[in-house]
Amino acid sequence: MAIRINGTDVARPADARVSLLDLLRERLHLTGTKVGCNQGACGACTVLVDGERVLSCLTLAAQADGRDVTTIEGLGANGLHALQTAFLEHDGLQCGYCTPGQICAASAMLAEIDAGIPSYVTQDLSGPVMLSREEVRERMSGNLCRCGAHNGIIDAIMAVAAERAA
Amino acid sequence: MTPVSYLRAGSVADAVGLGGAEGHRLLGGGTNLVDLMRKGVERPAVLVDVSRLSTLIEEAADGSVVIGAGARNCAVAAHPLVRTRYPMLARAILAGASAQIRNMATVGGNLLQRTRCLYFADAAGSRCNKRVPGSGCDAQGGFTRYHAILGASPSCIATHPSDMAVALAALDARVHLANADGVRTISLPDLHRLPGDRPDLETMLAPGEVIVAVELPPSDVAARSTYRKVRDRASYAFALVSVAAGIALDGDRISDVRIALGGVAAKPWRALRAEAALRGGPATAEAFARAAEGELADAAPLPGNAFKVPLAKRTMAAVLAELSGNRA
Repeated sequence: MAIRINGTDVARPADARVSLLDLLRERLHLTGTKVGCNQGACGACTVLVDGERVLSCLTLAAQADGRDVTTIEGLGANGLHALQTAFLEHDGLQCGYCTPGQICAASAMLAEIDAGIPSYVTQDLSGPVMLSREEVRERMSGNLCRCGAHNGIIDAIMAVAAERAA
Repeated sequence: MTPVSYLRAGSVADAVGLGGAEGHRLLGGGTNLVDLMRKGVERPAVLVDVSRLSTLIEEAADGSVVIGAGARNCAVAAHPLVRTRYPMLARAILAGASAQIRNMATVGGNLLQRTRCLYFADAAGSRCNKRVPGSGCDAQGGFTRYHAILGASPSCIATHPSDMAVALAALDARVHLANADGVRTISLPDLHRLPGDRPDLETMLAPGEVIVAVELPPSDVAARSTYRKVRDRASYAFALVSVAAGIALDGDRISDVRIALGGVAAKPWRALRAEAALRGGPATAEAFARAAEGELADAAPLPGNAFKVPLAKRTMAAVLAELSGNRA
């Protein structure tokens, strides 16, 4: 088995202690994925595994064996992703360190809403999920931004969601 | 992190055989175990990945819903059977952690996660009877905002961090276990232990015993149920106090009720005393307040968490009022 990273198969590291984050950054030099807290509190290391957002710092590379991993490099492989453009247009960043994690998380979040997955603030658990700023705020709470660009981040995500709906 | 090897269990029997071996630990999503390994709190020699076993969520012939131990937290909260029949469970899961962590974390791992007591996690600098039995407790006299007000002991004042388990306790979920001799079930409120003088013993699982599934029995209170979590920020924080509750009304009388509290004890705190006080009685604000008062009568807070006693009472009464149709 292998770990498929942005479409390329990579052998699982022999040392079971290697996190998916360290595999990406230190061994594959895919440094778009960032190390923030390295303890599951900040979301900077968010990547997609089989299309779902996860924290690469708390994922052992071995756990991703046989899975499909997408990083910010994969999302932006064919020119800027719509979310990347929207983050630029809406000032969804200042220093940019949390941005790859924010964008990976946001792309999966939009898919979760499409799939009808509720959140803690969804009033009607049996009905369809309505996109709102409150929903986006709750769903993006796992990604911290020390620069405080959260309002711009939500503007950017709402703009992409509106474009897709149009 | 100390060196560790990684195996994937191919079957439940495999997990039972490997999980009971010296130095072996079962690995679910890893959101807690990997972090504790990095902090030096957990030092397994072998990780046995069980996260791909038993991931189904399905309805049994008797109408109960059986959730495989490897099912991801997000999958449970999103499942139509859970959302429509057991809203308190969906809301409890969605109140926990972040979307990323809910995508990783398994049901079995959620139940067996360790306390977030800061002194437990500080392997280098703090004494902890749970981490090193008999070494002392630096939480006593320390920062106790997140610590227990019910069922604690001089040895340990840690709380259980799960939201999901609080709803499962209120729902009388049955935990299916596998061991070398076969299978058995245990009621969720009986799964975790209070600390006493052995806070290192956290559950009633025997060595090598594996959680295979969690069964939600049919319930007459679950349809009208919810979960409310009070915390220091609006999202992505552990509970100061949480309440899972479900109620069945016959006119303005309570025909049945289930209540459990989170953030207050070393286990999900099933409020049996409050339930008994309410069952058969009127669904009024006074009755809710009195029942909450009785449930917290034995609370033994510390100076740093005394606020949790009135907070727990008010939250319990408010949730019951909301479920009865009076938004409070």
